[in-house]
Amino acid sequence: MTAETTQLKPESLEEVVIRFAGDSGDGMQLTGDRFTDVSAVFGNDLATLPNFPAEIRAPAGTIAGVSSFQVHISDHEILTPGDAPNVLVAMNPAALKANLSELIPGGTLLVNSDTFEERNLTKAGYQASPLEDGTLAAFRVIQVPMTTLTLESTKELGVKPRDAERSKNFFALGLVSWMYTRPTDDTIQWIEDKFANKELVKAANLAAFKAGYNFGETAELFDHAYAIAPARLAPGRYRNITGNTAVSYGLIAAAQQAKLPLTYASYPITPASDILHELASHKNFCVRTLQAEDEIAAVNVAIGASFTGHLGVTATSGPGVDLKSEGIGLAVSLELPLIIVDVQRGGPSTGLPTKTEQSDLLLAMYGRHGEAPLPIVAARSPSHCFDATIEAARLALKYRTPVILLSDGYLANGAEPWLLPDVDALPDVSVPFATEPNHTDDDGTKHFWPYLRDPETLARPWAIPGTPGLQHRIGGLEKEDGTGNVNYDPENHEYMVRLRAQKIAGIANDIAPVEVDDPSGNASVLVIGWGSTYGSIQQAARDARESGVEVATAHLIHLNPFPANLGEVLKKYDRVLVPEMNLGQLVKLIRGDFLVDAVSLTKVQGVPFRASEIEQAIRELAK
Amino acid sequence: MSEEGTAVKLGRKDFQSDQEVRWCPGCGDYSILAAMQLFLPEVGVKPENMVFVSGIGCAARFPYYMNVYGMHGIHGRAPALATGVALARPDLDVWVITGDGDSLSIGGNHLIHALRRNVNMKIIVFNNQIYGLTKGQYSPTSEVGKVTKSSPFGSLDTPFNPLSVALGAEGTFVARTHDMDRAHMVEIFRRAHDHQGTAFVELYQNCNVFNDGAFEAITGKEVRSDMLIDLKHGEPIRFGADGSKGVVLNQFGECEIADVAEVGEDRLLVHDEHREDPTLAFALSRLADRPTTPTPIGVFRDVQRPSYEAEVQRQLVISSEKQGPPDLGALLGAGATWDVS
Ligand code: SF4
Repeated sequence: MTAETTQLKPESLEEVVIRFAGDSGDGMQLTGDRFTDVSAVFGNDLATLPNFPAEIRAPAGTIAGVSSFQVHISDHEILTPGDAPNVLVAMNPAALKANLSELIPGGTLLVNSDTFEERNLTKAGYQASPLEDGTLAAFRVIQVPMTTLTLESTKELGVKPRDAERSKNFFALGLVSWMYTRPTDDTIQWIEDKFANKELVKAANLAAFKAGYNFGETAELFDHAYAIAPARLAPGRYRNITGNTAVSYGLIAAAQQAKLPLTYASYPITPASDILHELASHKNFCVRTLQAEDEIAAVNVAIGASFTGHLGVTATSGPGVDLKSEGIGLAVSLELPLIIVDVQRGGPSTGLPTKTEQSDLLLAMYGRHGEAPLPIVAARSPSHCFDATIEAARLALKYRTPVILLSDGYLANGAEPWLLPDVDALPDVSVPFATEPNHTDDDGTKHFWPYLRDPETLARPWAIPGTPGLQHRIGGLEKEDGTGNVNYDPENHEYMVRLRAQKIAGIANDIAPVEVDDPSGNASVLVIGWGSTYGSIQQAARDARESGVEVATAHLIHLNPFPANLGEVLKKYDRVLVPEMNLGQLVKLIRGDFLVDAVSLTKVQGVPFRASEIEQAIRELAK
Repeated sequence: MSEEGTAVKLGRKDFQSDQEVRWCPGCGDYSILAAMQLFLPEVGVKPENMVFVSGIGCAARFPYYMNVYGMHGIHGRAPALATGVALARPDLDVWVITGDGDSLSIGGNHLIHALRRNVNMKIIVFNNQIYGLTKGQYSPTSEVGKVTKSSPFGSLDTPFNPLSVALGAEGTFVARTHDMDRAHMVEIFRRAHDHQGTAFVELYQNCNVFNDGAFEAITGKEVRSDMLIDLKHGEPIRFGADGSKGVVLNQFGECEIADVAEVGEDRLLVHDEHREDPTLAFALSRLADRPTTPTPIGVFRDVQRPSYEAEVQRQLVISSEKQGPPDLGALLGAGATWDVS
């Protein structure tokens, strides 16, 4: 595969947004993943947005069955998977129909023309073929009979045509790889490893991939290929990482930095299950994983493990948090370390299992009976999930409290390059166990009081089973401070309720102040966000500034308690904009806590904000 | 488990906490607590290596009275909490104290899954066939027709047979005892403790306030010999003052009570608690529909299956042999990486 036959030198681009779309059986996620990994290793900055149906087997050829994968690659630092694709690869009519409206005018449309026959057209709801009726006039349409060419390329291998046809995603990958001058060696190697045990499949995929690449080179459909130079990122070693992998690694790292074994219990749920899969394969890090019988059991197993001196963790999505509320409340009362990861998805109820949303903030904040405050940490990008997880562990351990870590479907499955941290420089989050009695009666008898607090953090001692002389009983009943004895006195209850709240509120002094990005210092509008809207907000602010609108941004990692300087920051700006993928949850907290007339910008379509949507709102407010 | 070789001399007092015991006067729970505190010293495990976990209900107060590590959890969740304890710390002696409502109603799911996993914990179900703490509603083991505050016209719910449930859930150790016989309770606690894996013990307990006398027909001193069938491994199952009654299998494999004189000794069922197949144990569990007819007590089933945490430990060892010692840097940098200078 040399460039001999390439007619022209590749044209340089700063960035491109490509969306691979096809039937869920077409392997689009895999194709997108491969293209992403190759681009990552090549050195581009990137962000991805996988989008797939909740049904495992939605009817083939229908709109409901369309799966897509968007990847944004660039030669400079980027923050989002891109508002709209420049290139759409459509493997069938349904994929075209479902995605066409988002392709930018003048964008490139690469279609598998073989699939545009009557049956598929009907299933997609087309009366006539859009390839022929002028529907696509606004785009640069490239029709490639990918199925035919794939069959052609594999016919010598003795693969059954039905099986050979399934390699057409590799043909598409080969073609797009040529179009964007991606190195081929990595993908070839990957195919060889991945299908090492399936000779025929391997051979067919390799043949299709090469055929696709060569087709680009030789077919005169393209004037030239495009090149996107490596991005000038901060120096260091990088890898590509998704949010779920980053949470998993964050948990392993946190346990190591806490010098504790990790016990992780969870129940399979989209989009959090990958954390269980990942952790289950790293038992050599002394990671115990348990696939529980239900969400309730999962949180209780984690609490039981914490009681004995492990880092107890459970992860789930919104429906699971509902069920875990009871257990989380117990952990609040027991004052034991616990991490609950909530990979948010569209709700209510089963909602949109595979789509992203930020609608569990108030659930995390208030979703328990009684006064049951706990710290909330939110990750802002796929790789940031690693740091956010360690921070959640730090707070859980230091303050002996359950902590909710909020991620979401977009962060969980989205990928970005990650500058590998220096593992020796990770924070030490270890805390000492109690080893001695901590109270002496007037008569000199020594006792262990499980609720005798550290005066600074208000954390109670953590005495683990096996420690002689420190036997104690804890439970969900109200207890007396200090002794921990069950106590129903009205004054004691009020004291304890306030004390638990005070402990959590006090964390505000132990977290980083919120940072404001206000380059000119003259902005009157502040955009404040949390979680995965980070990329869109930053991009929107950049775009606004480029066109002369001054705007400040701030992004919250800690949602409870808020950083100590937040009130001060908010009051400095005339207008405060809060974009959220819910109906306005952070904005309620901000308005309630600080009496600031913040403006809410909301979106609940199961996909992230486009930067342009936020930029538009900034412009309105800045007027 | 206690340290190898060091004999630990412990007494009842070592297991008593400083908390005032607060069950209703006359409650069967007192005798169970006493039996447990008398029994535990003989195990030789120091109190600090024992964890008692409970859910909610009268029985769930139990851990407060024990000078061990204890957790009074939430309703029904004790088996899950205890699974976490046992999974994390196989070195600990883990006991679950629960009731019929706690374990068979709100916590039914956790109970059956603990049993099938065979987590190393001892689950003692105080079955009083009533909700005591919430003041007298019918429970999942109350008889049909039971008149309570929540069933003024009689309960319509078919009750669970706890032993049948445990056997159906692949329990490896299933036994029954009652609060009127300390020696028998101690013997069953001992057997449960010796078992590797989940031990399930149904303990008939009298709630003298809301369901007094529920088991009197079988546990009363005068009637016991005729009404309790003491199962003994390897022996023909017989009971009655002079052993005149026995248990036989009918043509359908169901247990029936027979006069030994009539059927002959050879036809008596010989109890085999180690049978892999739970069918016979199950048949025995069905012998007495309610605790009003002759009822088997003792160990119904005791078979060997690796405990869950032993298998988890095995996987941890295998993984570290295969994958080598943990290397966080290597983990993070695994797969494709690239350098930017
Ligand atoms: S209500 Fe019944 S079970 Fe509960 S303590 Fe009183 S007598 Fe015992």
